[in-house]
Amino acid sequence: MDISRERLDEILLEHAYDAASLIAILQSVQEEAGYLPYPALLHIADQLRVPMARLHSLGTFYKAFSLEPTGKHTVCLCMGIACHIRGGQQVMEKLQRNLHVAVGGTTADRKFTLETVRCLGCCSLAPVMRVDEHIHGRMNQSRAVEILQDY
Amino acid sequence: MAVTNYILVCGGTGCESAKADAIYQNLIHASQTEGVSETVQIVKTGCFGFCEQGPIVKILPEDSFYVQVKPEDAEEIIKEHVVKGREVKRLLYNKDNSKKHAKVEDIQFYQKQFRIVLRNCGFINPEDINEYIAREGYAALEKVLFEMTPDDIISELKVSGLKGRGGAGFPTWLKWKFTKDIDDPVKYVVCNADEGDPGAYMDRSTLEGDPHSVLEAMTIAGYTTGANKGYIYIRAEYPLAINRLKLAMEQAREYGLLGENILDSGFSFDVDIRLGAGAFVCGEETALLTSLEGNRGMPKPRPPFPAVKGLWDQPTVINNVETWANIPVIILRGGEWFAKIGTEDSKGTKVFALTGKIRNSGLVEVPMGTTLREIIFDIGGGIANDKEFKAVQTGGPSGGVITKEYLDTPIDYFHLQELGSMMGSGGMIVMDEDDCIVDVTKFYLGFTVDESCGKCSPCRVGGRTLYNILDRITKGKGEMDDIDKMRSVGHAMTKASLCGLGQTAPNPILSTLRYFEKEYHAHIKDKKCPSGKCKELISYYILADKCIGCAACARKCPVAAITGERRKIHRIDQDLCVKCGICYETCKFDAIYVG
Repeated sequence: MDISRERLDEILLEHAYDAASLIAILQSVQEEAGYLPYPALLHIADQLRVPMARLHSLGTFYKAFSLEPTGKHTVCLCMGIACHIRGGQQVMEKLQRNLHVAVGGTTADRKFTLETVRCLGCCSLAPVMRVDEHIHGRMNQSRAVEILQDY
Repeated sequence: MAVTNYILVCGGTGCESAKADAIYQNLIHASQTEGVSETVQIVKTGCFGFCEQGPIVKILPEDSFYVQVKPEDAEEIIKEHVVKGREVKRLLYNKDNSKKHAKVEDIQFYQKQFRIVLRNCGFINPEDINEYIAREGYAALEKVLFEMTPDDIISELKVSGLKGRGGAGFPTWLKWKFTKDIDDPVKYVVCNADEGDPGAYMDRSTLEGDPHSVLEAMTIAGYTTGANKGYIYIRAEYPLAINRLKLAMEQAREYGLLGENILDSGFSFDVDIRLGAGAFVCGEETALLTSLEGNRGMPKPRPPFPAVKGLWDQPTVINNVETWANIPVIILRGGEWFAKIGTEDSKGTKVFALTGKIRNSGLVEVPMGTTLREIIFDIGGGIANDKEFKAVQTGGPSGGVITKEYLDTPIDYFHLQELGSMMGSGGMIVMDEDDCIVDVTKFYLGFTVDESCGKCSPCRVGGRTLYNILDRITKGKGEMDDIDKMRSVGHAMTKASLCGLGQTAPNPILSTLRYFEKEYHAHIKDKKCPSGKCKELISYYILADKCIGCAACARKCPVAAITGERRKIHRIDQDLCVKCGICYETCKFDAIYVG
């Protein structure tokens, strides 16, 4: 597991072992481990006395969660309407070809996970690509590829 | 030494992404090396709204408006403007390129705007509570705590005519009154900051630029309805807004404006932040509350309404960020003042996020009743690259399109609905002649299908059916009776879906069929996409009279479909071409033709 049991207990304590904060707890785990490891979910279910089905239902419902390990960097293309009409779709298709992954997939070398988001709210910079926390605006196919070469 | 110059640097997400922070740091550094650090005050503010021209730096008292500033310009700004008192002309905004001084009020983008919600954005440092207080911040809270009863507040809101800005437009006073009238010791106040409409970002900018206005308003609602606890449900995709909110909460607690016994009035109220985990449907109020409780964010049937039975089944006032930001102003200046702004049907102002093929994209706040023409052509500066206006989409995935003939319609809740669109949260996406209506409609349906929570079948199955039909049409496999099929499925979804998401999901189709049925026919009958957008229906060609044989496109082509000798005309092998469009993007001579 990519997160220690001790750390999990600390996270649970930060949220007072309250099942109403389940989403916030899972967000912390996702942030630190990069995904929701199955043993971690088992431990949380056990400690909070909630059925595993509920954790699974949250893990699959919200886009922020992943049940599979993700790559070192997350490349997130904005698929909002402003980016769409300024050519975001073509940039995404280019990255899919270059990285050999589908949306939601991780490259074989575990370097990049390719994701999409529905609007980052900086539409004047459309099309927008976010790599980890960094936002790159006014993308086109060639620039997107160049930017990823720096990682 | 007295401060003689104020330098305001835009710190909104748009400008931050374009290195506004480096500009800010460089300005501070340059002011120190030039020895003027005591006479200039450098402040990072919220969004100026004029995102197209970002990053923006404004200097007071001269009111110089510098646009598209780069980090390396900082030194020149300090050396020339601050030390020598000479404006850096090359950075000033002026459209006609006259060297005339461009004051903010001379800029057409701002002339027709009227700012209530965005009153502090771009004026104050959102990370300093003192600046908010200096602009009448928390004065409304003080007024209600010591001079007004809950009934006074509700009648003031009633007079103001304020309606919820989240989309549905429900009268705010009535919501508050429902909750207030229930006798229950535990009630909640919730701020809906789960802004999800693609192309709408007014809530994010408000929280980034003026977080205290929302905290103040929520506390006022707590006092009015008898709630002591509030939650802000905000998208995790908005890290800057989240940090500024957290800082604002800390500072407000320190000043006794939030927490126990606020301003010694005996009233206590505190706020917590919850981060959305990426589900559009959580913008629907009952789904948001279910998510706050730690569950899958699925909507519930209404009634009971949240105002009566909301979070953990307790009465809950839930309003959207923009609605909250109006409240302190209404309390201070009075409901009557507010009601004078706008139209008979809709009072006050509305913030729109103007994006797409528009020259000046950005955030604009205008009185209700302003026409689309004024927003798009006067404020927005018209269509980018001198193309022809085709339509404007309002209301996001729940809304519809409005065409040229209706540009003079005054915008309010009533008129937009009459045209088959809606206000929604205020996204305004401008499309030009190159945009394909069927493709854009498919985009919106793809969005709602993706985001449907799956609880009720009209939305889950209906949405998918509509998407499949549209997909077929954009691939040239549509049939004429598809149009009637879409209408009938659409009407069924409108009637039978559980929540707003499903009920409004067919709107983009119904509205585009109303104005652009011919474009659907072109896709179905002629198997042509008149705007050249739908991949399966177009081909890329090289224009012989423009190609100079530089081979730039051939080098980029991923499938080696472009061949030709150097300095001679190239050609594209249509059997190999995957229509990725990189040749079109690469060619500097407009030699690639899409048809």
